[in-house]
Amino acid sequence: MNVLKLSWKNLIHRPLSMLLSVLLFTLGVGLITLLILLNKQIQSQFDKNQAGINLVLGAKGSPLQVILNSMYHIDAPTGNIPIKQIRAFLNPKHPLIAVAVPLSIGDNYKGFRIIGTNYSFVDSLYAGKIKEGVRWKKNMEVSIGANVALQTGLSIGDEFRSAHGLVNDGLNEHTDSEPFIVKGIFEPTGSVMDQLILTNTESIWEVHEGHSHEEEEEDGNHEGHDHEGHDHEDHTGHDHEGHNHEVDPHEGHDHPKDEIPLVEQVDKEITALLIRYKMRNFQTMSMGRNINENTDLLAADPVYQINRLYDMMGVGESTLYTIALIIVIVSAFSIFISLFNALKDRKYEMALMRVMGASRGKILWMVILEGLLLSVLGLILGLIAAHIGMEVLGNYMQEAYRYPFTGKLWVQTEWLVILFALFTGLFAALIPAIQASTTDISETLTDS
Amino acid sequence: MLKTENLSFAYQGENKLSFPDINCGAGQNWLLIGPSGCGKTTLLHLIGGLRKPQNGKVHIANKDISTLSSSQLDLFRGQNVGIVFQQSHFVKALTVEENLMLAQQLARKPISKDRIDTLLKRLKLEHKKNSKPDRLSVGEQQRVAIVRALLNKPKVILADEPTSALDDNNCQEVITLLKAAAEEEKATLIVVTHDNRLKELFPNQIILQQLR
Repeated sequence: MNVLKLSWKNLIHRPLSMLLSVLLFTLGVGLITLLILLNKQIQSQFDKNQAGINLVLGAKGSPLQVILNSMYHIDAPTGNIPIKQIRAFLNPKHPLIAVAVPLSIGDNYKGFRIIGTNYSFVDSLYAGKIKEGVRWKKNMEVSIGANVALQTGLSIGDEFRSAHGLVNDGLNEHTDSEPFIVKGIFEPTGSVMDQLILTNTESIWEVHEGHSHEEEEEDGNHEGHDHEGHDHEDHTGHDHEGHNHEVDPHEGHDHPKDEIPLVEQVDKEITALLIRYKMRNFQTMSMGRNINENTDLLAADPVYQINRLYDMMGVGESTLYTIALIIVIVSAFSIFISLFNALKDRKYEMALMRVMGASRGKILWMVILEGLLLSVLGLILGLIAAHIGMEVLGNYMQEAYRYPFTGKLWVQTEWLVILFALFTGLFAALIPAIQASTTDISETLTDS
Repeated sequence: MLKTENLSFAYQGENKLSFPDINCGAGQNWLLIGPSGCGKTTLLHLIGGLRKPQNGKVHIANKDISTLSSSQLDLFRGQNVGIVFQQSHFVKALTVEENLMLAQQLARKPISKDRIDTLLKRLKLEHKKNSKPDRLSVGEQQRVAIVRALLNKPKVILADEPTSALDDNNCQEVITLLKAAAEEEKATLIVVTHDNRLKELFPNQIILQQLR
């Protein structure tokens, strides 16, 4: 029987006090680990989908909302921007802008957003590759992200009708236009693109044309399909067939040929424009401010806005970390008290072990091992609970935000949690262990 | 086998206790008697190396135990001295058999279940092998403590009031067992007692006086 086994038997001899210590430890470690896992995944989602975008143009409103909606696709649009106001930014010869990607947002299919854009969204931002089929070419053709295909079961050649708004409420289906047809499925990119249905800007206009949009609230909170003023302006001039545009601002080789350049459709609107600079200089630094001061547009800096969001979340987050830390400290006390109380009960048997040949060091080690065993047990249970919890929470979050969250990952910071937990167990056991090993055998035995 | 020279000990703030020299041969039985408070248990603890004497020396198997370091002494005691206490203590989390295996292991002797079984059988305890110690009666506990003291074939067996908690039958039986076992293992047996029932059973006696 080695010391480890002896320590273990001593622990399970007092199952209730052991259970309390282990449960407290599990709770503390579990909470800390869960926060680490969650935080890591949120940050990496934000980072991954930043996609080198330097500036986002949208309708006046909350800049954070513009960023969340048009880059991360989790909030509603602030409104629309007329193309005639953004023509300058769409000019491929703009001295500062490397990429400008138009977005039209406002419809969904089963909760997955349908985005009207162009190929630069795929090529310049998310390096998407087609896995099956082809990219959209004509109006009402879509290519879908990997997760959309997985979740909806849509495959090449399938047709579907979009619904107005961004939530899947089973209402407001666009029934009076052509259905969309799936032309291609993208490979997984690990970015938000996996959650999107991509088509050209004209398709979004087409869906919203030819029927009356009269009144409409922001979030698709409306009756029937009377929409107005939200995102797609009334428009009847439907004459862009047959045009061949020579100037192709995009790199896409199989570009639709019947498309009028966006920049010429001056009476149309889009939701947002994502901009990447050619370089950073003092002009780009003041570009956002100039736009905000001198135009009806809103320019939002994603890095600044996301940092602002972190700051806002940070208060709640650090509160949770503090609570978790307090629980760990309390559990360390619980280990300490449980070992210390047991000492009174066990001082004779420890004196006896000394009589039988155990050295002071062996007694010290035995009690320390008991503390370590408690913390290791709590640690293992806590880690398991955190990962399972993250998986369960991840499923809910995936439904709410359409972002993948999983408990099946290992974050480097967890090594720190392990180190911290072992140190805590060691520290809690240290005083009882020293006390046990320095007790005078003769006096203890005479006491009886 | 066991020899003491000029042993003395003083508790903090109390008079010094001086002990007569003892010289016991292998296989001999000795009784150490005296009134309460004369230092019987103290002498026993000095002999067993549980306490360090103020003066004097203890030799066990020709080894001066005061030359040993603390952990060397712990091991030496585990291997060479078997002690039976007035009240027996056990590691409560372990069964009788596990307690006995622990005694072998702590003395760094090979674990021998045969030896454990033989001794348990001799003391009619084989059916209690897998019981927890606090499930045993006081008499049974004392017998297990004797098994434990004999287990590692010690040179010296010290028994501190081993019979005070026992009735006449058990008392007789425990002393007979201790004596028989000590003879068989060629060990020196020293029994500390104020129990007059034992006086007739031991030819060799050390008598401690009330020190004043």
